[in-house]
Amino acid sequence: MYNKTVMDHFRNPRNVGVIEDADGVGEVGNPLCGDMMTIYLKIKDEHIEEIKFQTFGCGSAIAVSSMITEIARGKSLAEAKQLTNKDVAAALEGLPKNKLHCSNLGADALQLAIQDYEDKLAGVKRPQPIRKEKHEHSHGQKCYCPYCDIEIQADITFCDACQSSLEDEH
Amino acid sequence: MKVINLDHISAKPLLPEVKTVMIEAIEKDYHNPASQHKSGEEAAAVLQNARKAVAQLLNCKTPKEIVFTSGGTESVNHAIKGVALANEDRGKHIVTSNIEHNAVIRSLRRLKSAGFVVTSLPVDSSGRVKPRDVADAITKDTILVSIMHSNNETGTIQPIEEIGAITREKKVIFHTDAVDSVGVLPMDVQKLGVDLLSFAANTFYGPAGVGGLYIRRGTRIFPLLDGGVQENNKRAGAENLVGIIGMGKAAELALRDMDKRLAHLRTLKNRLLTELPKTIDEYIVNTHPEHSLPNLLSISVQYIEGESVMLMLDDENIAVSTRSACATGSLRASHVLLSLGLSHADAQGTLVLSFGIDNTENDIDTFLKALKAVVTTLRDISPLYQKASKA
Repeated sequence: MYNKTVMDHFRNPRNVGVIEDADGVGEVGNPLCGDMMTIYLKIKDEHIEEIKFQTFGCGSAIAVSSMITEIARGKSLAEAKQLTNKDVAAALEGLPKNKLHCSNLGADALQLAIQDYEDKLAGVKRPQPIRKEKHEHSHGQKCYCPYCDIEIQADITFCDACQSSLEDEH
Repeated sequence: MKVINLDHISAKPLLPEVKTVMIEAIEKDYHNPASQHKSGEEAAAVLQNARKAVAQLLNCKTPKEIVFTSGGTESVNHAIKGVALANEDRGKHIVTSNIEHNAVIRSLRRLKSAGFVVTSLPVDSSGRVKPRDVADAITKDTILVSIMHSNNETGTIQPIEEIGAITREKKVIFHTDAVDSVGVLPMDVQKLGVDLLSFAANTFYGPAGVGGLYIRRGTRIFPLLDGGVQENNKRAGAENLVGIIGMGKAAELALRDMDKRLAHLRTLKNRLLTELPKTIDEYIVNTHPEHSLPNLLSISVQYIEGESVMLMLDDENIAVSTRSACATGSLRASHVLLSLGLSHADAQGTLVLSFGIDNTENDIDTFLKALKAVVTTLRDISPLYQKASKA
């Protein structure tokens, strides 16, 4: 189901752990989807000096977390801000379609960690993001068919593209 | 490389004796049992022997009550759709439970779009339907009750006899999906009080792709497949004779060895239940302590996710199953586990351990040792475990 690169990062995840005195922390995910990630950053001279992660999730969620830390480590903040979830999936040489949205949250966690660092520097206090209970809010406002990955309306119960029934499954 | 199979619910090995009769059947190259000449009659006799063996396993009144199918899914589809179509002039209401297999859920969903009305009953926190709820749900429009015998994810057994007494009294047709029970537990359709019962050969170490439907005499039901007059006019199409011969042998052996197998499976399950608390902490047992299959245990290990556990155990050559959403293509946690009242996070950490007569106590010990290491590794990575430990 997973390719060799994904399995390698799953079996030997890089940069696992917590940075106790982190300069920035980013947390994404929701147990409804089955995946939660936390990324910790240590910043020096506008560069990511150290990066660690913790993840609750499936094989691809762990591989994604490991890969984003490898890609981001040593990068300038400006460079790191350009990283997207797509870059992570590409570096992993692809993920199964039904895993692309729920598990591929590594870059989102990184961006939140960078924002957290910059907020602290600027003295901005953002309210904690409210944990939404409904699944359709967990990846921005978009919703995707878990079977064929096409973007769909949040309230439909049937995917026209692949004829799958979607009762509560997206 | 030897793989320890603790995923028997997905596939069981063929018994050597079953394999032998199937190979002999292929070599014999039987004619069509529906043909009237000598070769046809020879095939029909073999088919009848298999039917007798299966009918005995279920304690049917006559072998004619057994219809051979392509497996559990077809049997379930036949029972539900066949009864609905044959009885829609009497009513369009069907009663079921929230924990059924997809074969039941999706058959009923299809019927709903054709105008049938379905009442789906909840289960209590132990995973069982309350017979009283079934009685209350039945109306004058109810034509069918379909409640599974044992659940494929938790192994919990439903109070079928009690429900059977209710459906008999109210004169409603009763189907049970017994795919994971037949051949594992003693089954008696007379005692259960069911009109229809679905089963599959692989559950009792017969071939996959073969199964059957018990249809009590006098039950109003249409065929699912229309065509020839095979299977007493109830299932058209030339029979899969090689597979059916395998199932017949498997049924004969299941009946003969039932007590011995049960004793062995109970030993394995007891070992697992006794040793688990010494191996890992913070887990939930989803299987009913008393009313459950002897060969299945479902646990939810907290703070970690099932697919990760499954993949890491696979690296140790141990096959287990997970009903965590991630492994199944659906992104949601299992409807069965959520019905038990599990949180989404806990449901994601579920492992279904199902063993067979080919497993040993040594297999259980090897699994437990590997599980301990895997749980430690994944909890070290988990932010949920970190938070729970701090709290």
